[in-house]
Amino acid sequence: MTAVREMVDPVPGAAAPHLPAQPDLVQLLTPEGERVEHPEYSLDVTDEELRSLYRDLALVRRWDVEATALQRQGELGIWASLQGQEAAQIGAGRALGEADMAFPTYREHGVAWTRGVDPLDVISLFRGNDLGGWDPVATRFNLYTVVIGAQCLHATGYAMGIQRDTADAAAIAFLGDGATSQGEVNEAFIWAATFDAPVVFFCQNNQYAISVPIERQSKVPLFQRAAGFGFPGVRVDGNDVLAVLAVTRAALARAREGSGPTFIEAFTYRMGAHTTSDDPTRYRLADELEEWKLRDPIARLKAHLSRSGKADAEFFAGVDAEGDELAARIRKGTLEMPDPAGTEMFDHVYAEQTEEIAAQRAAFLAYQEGFEK
Amino acid sequence: MTAVAENTAADTATERGEMTYSEAIREGLAEAMAADDRVFMLGEDVGVYGGAFGVSGDLVHRFGKDRVRDTPISELGIVGAAVGAALAGMRPIVEIQFSDFTCQAMDQIVNQAAKIHFMLGGAVSVPMVLRTPLGSGTGAAAQHSQSLEAWFAHVPGLKVVMPSTVSEVKGLLLAAIDDPNPVVFLEHKLLYRTKGVVPAGADRVPLGKTVVRREGADLTIVATGVMVNRSLEAAEQLAAEGIEATVVDPVTLTPLDEGPILDAVRRTGRVLLVQEAPGHVGYMGEIAARIAGSSALYSLEAPIKRLCGLDAPMPYAPALESAMVPQLADIVSAARTLATQEA
Ligand SMILES: Cc1ncc(C[n+]2csc(CCOP(=O)(O)OP(=O)(O)O)c2C)c(N)n1
Ligand SMILES: [Mg+2]
Repeated sequence: MTAVREMVDPVPGAAAPHLPAQPDLVQLLTPEGERVEHPEYSLDVTDEELRSLYRDLALVRRWDVEATALQRQGELGIWASLQGQEAAQIGAGRALGEADMAFPTYREHGVAWTRGVDPLDVISLFRGNDLGGWDPVATRFNLYTVVIGAQCLHATGYAMGIQRDTADAAAIAFLGDGATSQGEVNEAFIWAATFDAPVVFFCQNNQYAISVPIERQSKVPLFQRAAGFGFPGVRVDGNDVLAVLAVTRAALARAREGSGPTFIEAFTYRMGAHTTSDDPTRYRLADELEEWKLRDPIARLKAHLSRSGKADAEFFAGVDAEGDELAARIRKGTLEMPDPAGTEMFDHVYAEQTEEIAAQRAAFLAYQEGFEK
Repeated sequence: MTAVAENTAADTATERGEMTYSEAIREGLAEAMAADDRVFMLGEDVGVYGGAFGVSGDLVHRFGKDRVRDTPISELGIVGAAVGAALAGMRPIVEIQFSDFTCQAMDQIVNQAAKIHFMLGGAVSVPMVLRTPLGSGTGAAAQHSQSLEAWFAHVPGLKVVMPSTVSEVKGLLLAAIDDPNPVVFLEHKLLYRTKGVVPAGADRVPLGKTVVRREGADLTIVATGVMVNRSLEAAEQLAAEGIEATVVDPVTLTPLDEGPILDAVRRTGRVLLVQEAPGHVGYMGEIAARIAGSSALYSLEAPIKRLCGLDAPMPYAPALESAMVPQLADIVSAARTLATQEA
């Protein structure tokens, strides 16, 4: 019985009443690591590409583990773990073209990685040193947004700019399942639809908004909402990096060619806590996590690579070693990070320095000196 | 000198024991829900999670999911639904996870909750309470640390309360729940873990009453929220130097009970106004105007002094964050300068 269910219905929780029949779920790699075909979404990937996708998945997880450890040791203020969502993020990130612009939430470390953002530039934000050390223009990866949903409107506006410039590019907004309840997000959907804006809404349905399960956000599967706004919605197995890559590529291509927005629901699971401040055992059962562990996005690609002979033990050992080096570099870089200048809060309140703020800055410095004496 | 307001609390300390500010709020929520079926709570993660700051705690287990209701992430929806429920005769208590996210709900707060009673000529009212944590000090950066009390205090039709003590927070909450008007109830994050005694049997603490928390002849410090506690601490340090400060806490920002503030200024002749929010167009500007516009002006021996947050967004780094808002040493220093300034 279980075996049969898993064949047709490979994502746990899919039997829950609010879920649609599983033919809607785009999948190219089963949880067991078996490559399957989908009538609408195909993907040609070389063995080399498969290995590099694996490398990305494994390295961002290693980064995430190290960051969590650093937070536990008091080196970071907070950390939002991406564990379980690596495939959704790497798949989406790797689908982006150089000119495409990404608008993340606070959890898109995997997408940051694919945009060439240095992990330390993300860590510096969580350490409280700055608001993200990367250059959003150069990396085409906007700064993190913590106010739920706001970035969907930014991406839509940005996409309308792309449209005006007739540029060969698209914008992608990342959002969570919880964010879909936010008015701003729904307004973004309306704007994107009516203006045919070249934007992809990439929703990682990780089943929770902090403690609140998806059932409290939606009565229908999220991807079905898109129809009401007038654009396509697709549900993809978010733990299948190949399917996510294929679906996101198609959506971006559609946007670039002027056919308007797409909503992608990457069906996945937040394996860790919401952030390091959270304790998920307060609101969810251990069984659920155990079930999702069987769907681990990294394990399934590893199974595929090794069973098909596309990668050998030496390759995996190499990635592990690279992961350890990365972790060591992150640790060292974090501990060596210089503290921000003591007057930084006066620096960018306005584009130009106003007289009032300059005066407050001067008074602040004089006052501080008074204490030092 | 004596801490006036804490006297009554101290008498019952032995019977009741200490509790935290959050526990006191929870006790108030529980009592209100037990006493009146119309009272219910709604907000993000207030259910099994127990609230982002742990205030609702186990209430969902005691009162059920309908009365301690987890909502979709939609602050506008939360407040709008509460307005609707209030119009229908319920007594909703909203929790907005961070006061910064009242921004999402402003239409329902400012254009709806605050205006409906007036626009319908008093035919209906909106008896709701909007509880929300505000302030900095937790390393939460620019969009999770603001002190927006002056925005609300500026809107006719809203009552705004900023409880600063464990002993009063429960009674103020009960009074806010009883109140027929929409009440914005601002809880400073740094107060949640502070301890004190909630007097047994003490019930409602009326809104709209300024409290003199300490008396001293040399100067008056008016402060709100966590700055009240910080000013009281400063006053103790100053006392050791021979400077005696009166500390006044408006508690309810709108409607303001200005009498005790003006009286204190008349007695001491010097006044320091302390708030965490940026100074520019802040609440203490209103207090300064009330003093300057009354006969208390003639008692002033030195210009009114304001000590406020800097006029910049809250930085993330802990060292910068604490430099942004008045700290104990800043209050002591400002008060000392003011008290010793030549008339
Ligand atoms: C407007 C707003 N409301 C509330 C919050 C507090 N908050 C932070 S994360 C979060 C849950 C978000 O859930 P979801 O959109 O599913 O994203 P996930 O964290 O699961 O990736 C909430 C309620 C916020 N940051 N912004
Ligand atoms: Mg989520």
